[in-house]
Amino acid sequence: MNDVHVSSLADVASNHASKKQPGTAVLGTGLEARGVHAWFGKKHVLEDISLDFFPGTVTALIGPSGCGKSTFIRILNRMHEFIPTAALAGEVLLEGKDIYESGTDVTKIRLRIGMVFQKPNPFPSMTIKENVLSGLRLAQLKVSGEDELLESCLRRAGLWEEVKDRLGEYGGALSGGQQQRLCIARSLAVNPQVLLMDEPCSALDPGSTLRIEETIRELSSTMTIVIVTHNMQQAARVSDYTGFFLSDGGPGRLIESAPTSQIFSNPKEKRTEDYVTGRFG
Amino acid sequence: MSTSIAPQVLPEKPWRPTFKRVLPDLFGALLTAVSTVLIVAVTPLKGKLGFSLTLIAMALVFSVLISGVRKDKKAAFNSVSTVFVYIAATFVLIPLFSILYEIYSRGVGALTWGIFTKDMSLSSADAPVSEGGLLHAIIGTLYLVAIATIISAPIGLLTALYIVEVKGRAAGLVRFFVQAMSGVPSIVAGLFIYAVWMIGLGNSYNAGAGAAALAILMIPTVARTSEEVLRLIPPDLREAGLALGATQWRTVAMIILPAARSGLITAIILGIARVAGETAPLLLTIGGADAINLNPFSGNSSALPYYVWKNLSLGNPESIERAWAGVMVLMLLVFIFFTLARYFSGKRTGR
Amino acid sequence: MSTVTPNLPPKREITTVPRFSDKVFRAIVTAGGLSSLVVLALIAFFLVYNGLDIFRSEGLKFLTGFDWIDASPEEGLPAQYGIGAMLYGTLVIGFLAVLIGVPIAVGAALFLSYYAPEWIKKPMVVVVDVMAAIPSVVFGLWGFFILMPHAEYWAKLIHKYLGFIPFFDMPAPAYTRSPFIAGLVLAIMIIPIVTSISREIFAQTPLDRIQAAYALGATKWSMIKAVVFPYGAGGIVGGAMLGLGRALGETVAVYTVLNLVYDIRIEVLLSAGGSVASMIVNKFGEADAPELRALMAAGFVLFMVTLLVNFIANIIINRTARKG
Repeated sequence: MNDVHVSSLADVASNHASKKQPGTAVLGTGLEARGVHAWFGKKHVLEDISLDFFPGTVTALIGPSGCGKSTFIRILNRMHEFIPTAALAGEVLLEGKDIYESGTDVTKIRLRIGMVFQKPNPFPSMTIKENVLSGLRLAQLKVSGEDELLESCLRRAGLWEEVKDRLGEYGGALSGGQQQRLCIARSLAVNPQVLLMDEPCSALDPGSTLRIEETIRELSSTMTIVIVTHNMQQAARVSDYTGFFLSDGGPGRLIESAPTSQIFSNPKEKRTEDYVTGRFG
Repeated sequence: MSTSIAPQVLPEKPWRPTFKRVLPDLFGALLTAVSTVLIVAVTPLKGKLGFSLTLIAMALVFSVLISGVRKDKKAAFNSVSTVFVYIAATFVLIPLFSILYEIYSRGVGALTWGIFTKDMSLSSADAPVSEGGLLHAIIGTLYLVAIATIISAPIGLLTALYIVEVKGRAAGLVRFFVQAMSGVPSIVAGLFIYAVWMIGLGNSYNAGAGAAALAILMIPTVARTSEEVLRLIPPDLREAGLALGATQWRTVAMIILPAARSGLITAIILGIARVAGETAPLLLTIGGADAINLNPFSGNSSALPYYVWKNLSLGNPESIERAWAGVMVLMLLVFIFFTLARYFSGKRTGR
Repeated sequence: MSTVTPNLPPKREITTVPRFSDKVFRAIVTAGGLSSLVVLALIAFFLVYNGLDIFRSEGLKFLTGFDWIDASPEEGLPAQYGIGAMLYGTLVIGFLAVLIGVPIAVGAALFLSYYAPEWIKKPMVVVVDVMAAIPSVVFGLWGFFILMPHAEYWAKLIHKYLGFIPFFDMPAPAYTRSPFIAGLVLAIMIIPIVTSISREIFAQTPLDRIQAAYALGATKWSMIKAVVFPYGAGGIVGGAMLGLGRALGETVAVYTVLNLVYDIRIEVLLSAGGSVASMIVNKFGEADAPELRALMAAGFVLFMVTLLVNFIANIIINRTARKG
């Protein structure tokens, strides 16, 4: 917590960028949004969003509430369509293929693009172990060496040491922060290429938040992570790239997207600067 | 990427099934139908049963094959479950439509003006349906329902008020027992009234006794529906009344009950619909009659369900015809109450 | 106890008059509210009181005996009243109804909750409600004249292909008015209540868990297995037991489609079964005073059995509906 107090957000972001050069690890495009629009009924909520997410990086989506960033992240793994009035335009490409293409098996898409929700939601009828492996059961995948997979997922989610002696207990018995890391471990078990996180720390205390942020940093070397957050300090701490969304009463737009250090130290747009320096939002 | 500014972007729902996407399903349905017809034609399987069983089996085979080949194992499991729930839904609908169809086709012929204006006092059981009628049964049922409502509506309403408004010490217990009371077999209610009214007090059969038995069955329906209605009244209405200095009694009488009025009417009508067709308790309490009896508290009486029952037991063709006519009138009555209940409950939510 | 603030009592005096009207109001409402408890207690009391002689003279044999014979003074034989066979028959047709009806009802509830398009869903919910409002005498009439000929044919097929199973054996070729047919009619009668209770519970399944399952790549069915069933299991079991309670107490429909025989038989396709409720109707018409008391005793047993089943069902349902 110290560095947050002593240094400006720009410092945090550039510090972090110096440890790991964004862009250098980019080999191809992981996930790309191309001209995405979204509607709920007649209401136009997102306008023409094009954004690339590079493998091995963390992209943070920030913006005031109601700017459409949660809608956008739900479009990325086709959770958008569960709202009956929802509609969209544009494309979302996973390794160059449109995930909304006619005839696509949506369950396979969601296996490759995992999601962690705002509120921790472990399955209460399952033990910790069953929760982690539930994705395999749901997708009816057979895996040899379940125990190794269980351990590695819990280790990657930073939960192994805390739960290794109580794997048979129910998921609901854990604290909120532990439950959220259990949900992360659950998403990891099906080995997704992309992990979407929709404000994963908004229901957690600061200590648990830091633990999750560490987890995100560790995971980012092996996968593409997209995180929606309303907390700018969190965006500065964990992300390589940042996209700033804003709605002026109409549909939400992507105002600016750039490496995180640039967004926080030297944004191109006046509105971005106003937002990250706390002048509104 | 040539990113020219698109002049107009239209909302799409790419997850919606398109014709191209449902094509394999249509193909599967076609295969199912063709193979079923073929199998039924070639093999000894025949009749409605053979046809439906083959149809179900073929639907399962082809949906599993198609989704299994096109996608994977989990898609195959998923399509088995889909076929199962569609079959289950069909099985729910078949008996209902069969019942409604049979009642209509067998009852409508006997439905003449005469049966609504005459009773059976001058007609023998084996007289043609055109002779006699069921006016006495309709009058009996109306008496039964009216008296049962007079007894059970206040009790059911007070029970709901006790649970929701007064929140007395025994509220939980009362709620639990009212739930359990809705499962009391109707024949037991009849036996109870017989034990009290006939054995205990030495009276003989009459409509009042039948109505008392029906009231026992009606109370839980009225109480539970009213309870749900009262719970839907926003708490701030209640607090607004009390904050104005009104007593609880005045708040309930002038704010809660008027706000819940159409819902409470629905509760009572649902209770009536529940008991109007009850037969078993009437067999033990009203005695049965072939003539109109305008005094509900003296002398045997008839009722529509009783009329159906009696004609069914008589067993000769004319009586069976009368039974179907009686069932048709009974169902019309129940549907009228049911439609009224829906109308009033719709009014409540519409406000 | 010494923390009573001294300025409270005067306020109470001001509210004396309204509180009196509230007292009356509360007294009336309480009396009305408790009257259902009183009615239930009275039912139990009067049935026991009238059946007491029989319970005394027959003892446990009343529950286990197979014979229901009036006294015949000419031959010097005492009356024998035992509802064992009828009780057994009641349970048989009740369980048959649950066995056939509950899978269909749960399937229909799943259909309504997760599969049906909106334009089918709304009318079908109404249709299920309508089905719940059909009087039992109508089911009896329909079951006797329309279902029975079909069911007789199905029973013959079952016997032909599964006759090696003792339940489907046939000592005599009498397929009508069997426990199987009574079970079918009861299954159709309990489908609406089991469907609507299951549907209510399914509707309460937390949305975030459903989304979590879908986000893990679940199909509709694997989501239902992982989330909906574990959450709603209590509701399904409770709904099934409520249905069982209805089936055990059903009188007129069963009486129409079941041949009452005072014997315990395991062959469900055979035209010989039992039902306490139907027996009461059957014997009531020509009953003399002692037999009437025996019927009251039988009614008491039926009352207690259905009450118990309903208690358990409601406890399970309430617990499921309350959990988060």
